[in-house]
Amino acid sequence: MRRITPSQPRSHSTSRRDFLKLITTAGAGLTLAMNLPLALAAESTAAAGVDFEPNAFVRIGTDGRVTVLMKHLEMGQGTFTGLATLVAEELDADWSALVAEGAPADASRYNNLLFGTVQGTGGSTAMANSFMQMRTAGATARAMLVAAAAKLWKVPAAEIQVSQGILSHSASGKSAGFGELAELAAQQPIPDAKSLRLKDPADFAYIGQSLPRLDRGKTDGGALFTQDVQLEGMLTALVAHPPRFGASVQHYDATKALASPGVVDVVQIPSGIAVLAKDFWSAKKGRDLLDIKWDQSHAFMASSDEMLREYRALADQPGAVARADGDAVSALASATTVVEAVFEMPYLAHAPMEPMNAVVLVNDTGCEIWNGEQFQSIDQNAVASALDLKPEQVRINMLFAGGSFGRRANPQADYVLEAALIANAKRGTPVKLVWTREDDTRAGHYRPMYVHKVRAGLDASGKPIAWEQRIVGQSIMKGTAFESYSIKDGVDSTSVEGASTLPYQIPNLQVELHSVDHPVPVQWWRSVGHSHTAFSTEVIVDELARAAKQDPVDFRLQLLSQHPRHHAVLKMAAEKADWGTKLPEGWGRGVAVHESFNSFVAQVAEVSVQENGSFKVERVVCAVDCGLAINPDIIRAQIEGGIGFGLSAALLSEITLNEGQVVQSNFHDFQVLRINQMPAIEVHIMPSAEAPTGVGEPGTPPIAPAVANALSAATGQRFQRLPLKLSS
Amino acid sequence: MPITIQVNGASHALDATPDTPLLWAIRDHVHLTGTKFGCGMAMCGACTVHVDGQPTRSCVTPISAVQGKAITTIEGIESVVAQAIQQAWIELEVPQCGYCQSGQIMSATALLEKNRQPSDADIDAAMAGNICRCATYVRIRSAIKQAAAQLA
Repeated sequence: MRRITPSQPRSHSTSRRDFLKLITTAGAGLTLAMNLPLALAAESTAAAGVDFEPNAFVRIGTDGRVTVLMKHLEMGQGTFTGLATLVAEELDADWSALVAEGAPADASRYNNLLFGTVQGTGGSTAMANSFMQMRTAGATARAMLVAAAAKLWKVPAAEIQVSQGILSHSASGKSAGFGELAELAAQQPIPDAKSLRLKDPADFAYIGQSLPRLDRGKTDGGALFTQDVQLEGMLTALVAHPPRFGASVQHYDATKALASPGVVDVVQIPSGIAVLAKDFWSAKKGRDLLDIKWDQSHAFMASSDEMLREYRALADQPGAVARADGDAVSALASATTVVEAVFEMPYLAHAPMEPMNAVVLVNDTGCEIWNGEQFQSIDQNAVASALDLKPEQVRINMLFAGGSFGRRANPQADYVLEAALIANAKRGTPVKLVWTREDDTRAGHYRPMYVHKVRAGLDASGKPIAWEQRIVGQSIMKGTAFESYSIKDGVDSTSVEGASTLPYQIPNLQVELHSVDHPVPVQWWRSVGHSHTAFSTEVIVDELARAAKQDPVDFRLQLLSQHPRHHAVLKMAAEKADWGTKLPEGWGRGVAVHESFNSFVAQVAEVSVQENGSFKVERVVCAVDCGLAINPDIIRAQIEGGIGFGLSAALLSEITLNEGQVVQSNFHDFQVLRINQMPAIEVHIMPSAEAPTGVGEPGTPPIAPAVANALSAATGQRFQRLPLKLSS
Repeated sequence: MPITIQVNGASHALDATPDTPLLWAIRDHVHLTGTKFGCGMAMCGACTVHVDGQPTRSCVTPISAVQGKAITTIEGIESVVAQAIQQAWIELEVPQCGYCQSGQIMSATALLEKNRQPSDADIDAAMAGNICRCATYVRIRSAIKQAAAQLA
């Protein structure tokens, strides 16, 4: 057994080679390079020497391998494949030569163009912000390879063809692969971006094809996640966290823990008491033996029920105005029919399969982190600040993440900072912080709990004339680096998005917000505000249709004439789902359409209700418009997964508090969707020439309302609470 | 007295207490990391290995219970069935984040080893213990059927 040796500062080649050794010994039959999203750019350059590296994103080796440096985290959403496709397209590379590699934390080169100067992944922005950047990176490399061939062969550059990684000149019969020309290409002047001609979409060879994914090693145990990092001398740390938010350590006795086999040290950090041991099980047993007295004098002691009562009372009061069209109050007063509902949506944990974890080594030269890294700038700055380092002294290796759904982009750098502080107390020793599932479930950073009160009115002809919606819940953005960007006039746009952007043609529309301050940590959760606003808005629209005695699809289509992309996906989903045809006895069909992150999704759900009062989601037909489809199979996969993720929340999951304590702890009581609960899913992609937008999140919001509306169709019951339950 | 376990055909004498879960013996002592930690209470299936051919949640199985038994991890599966499953997984692009997929593949392989033509209900019964938060379930089901068809 060989272990990895931590890399020396500024000489990362050791770590890369040793990672390769580790994987060679650990895994059977692996394609090595494709399992390695981790390497730092600097290290690879140093190792190769003669590589052609025309920009921060592309490196072509003399072996012909085309490495694309990934500024975005691969957490399952297919970003490595998508971004590499853009480069390969403009480069005319051979897809089998493409390799994905994680970029280092360096916002000067790898910032998210939609996050300003911040490097990070989120908001379904990876494709949208990279589309032109990665194509340009590929086109630049191609132009330099062509210039090199023209020089070598003494022929005009315009006569050179490039296809599948081969440059050729038909008149002279000369040809060469990328690898043969790499060294000479590196000596060519870097062309001005304006001189590059990107491909006409009609000439796309890779974009629009479902190229095989680049994040391999996921069927043989070879893919490297944070949990899998093993460094020479590494200790595993488990932390005892306070039982309530706002509590802290009063005093502790570690005598028994320190006497437990395998335990090496116990250290106090701001977030609790860390037990360091030679392996996980020793650390776990040591942690169980800690004797801690918690100071709970400042702890949050409320229960979910009390909080809901508080929220419901607030929903009766006017809040900060997020949108005001016309005069909703007067219009409601004059409406012939008013539909009213108060919706409750619970806290939700992200619960990715890989609980939070991070590996950190702190020594005299700085800090090195191995992590499924989603938020480079935030983590790098937080750790640098806490350890009194310069940001560039905090080096981050981006590994695959075993899911995230937003969790690994923590605005407080919570778990990364915790790992760094433990490692700082054990300088020179690499430390792997591991959270158990219970730690992960109870750590907070939840999708906030929300109450929505909606009143909507129809005129005598059945036309909607008024909509008033009040949203009550904690602000995700308050206190984060994004506060000034996201909160305007007391309105956190991420609390109201989806409602404040309601597309339906309703002349009098008011959306208000109460941002409640509670110490329960909250965070963006796959689709952020849309995860709750789609539910309330699309259920109410269905109720309005019912009150107007109109078909829910026709009713929506009439109100969406000014929103052609909503209109088109709704029509497509309805057609593909055979909307209006007869279903078996006890079944119901429901629809929802919702835009999030500039992608448009409509879903038709079919449910069957059994005589014993249980129900099953049988089938979901989905239409998605995400602009130009880069990789249709990955789009379908993301929509399937987004629906499944949304179904967990629609049917099963909730986090509740009892006197401040999180009730749930693991998958037995924080239940999530299993294979027997997964419906058949059809995904239809709208042909489009618009710029591509994301698909990681937009599949999630419409499913809860589509299922609720289907249940209403089947049973006549109303649904105002998630997870959905039939009344007996 | 060290406890010895047989993993993928090799013997490992472990410097670990008898109550150590097989999962952590495999990961922290044998240093095979394809078998994943997800919940620690047999609720998610990410840690599934084969013990004498039976799919077993290694996170709740103490090493004292598996001495003398043949333990197979994702790194050690090589049967015709396992290869058909892995191939179908790749062809249908089942994995997203991939973290649960070792466990999914171990459960699916065990299913097809004893039932070459599983019905949907058989698949539900064999696979419902394996959570995938990416919800790749549609493709898991299809891949099991594809592998079964290929083996027929």
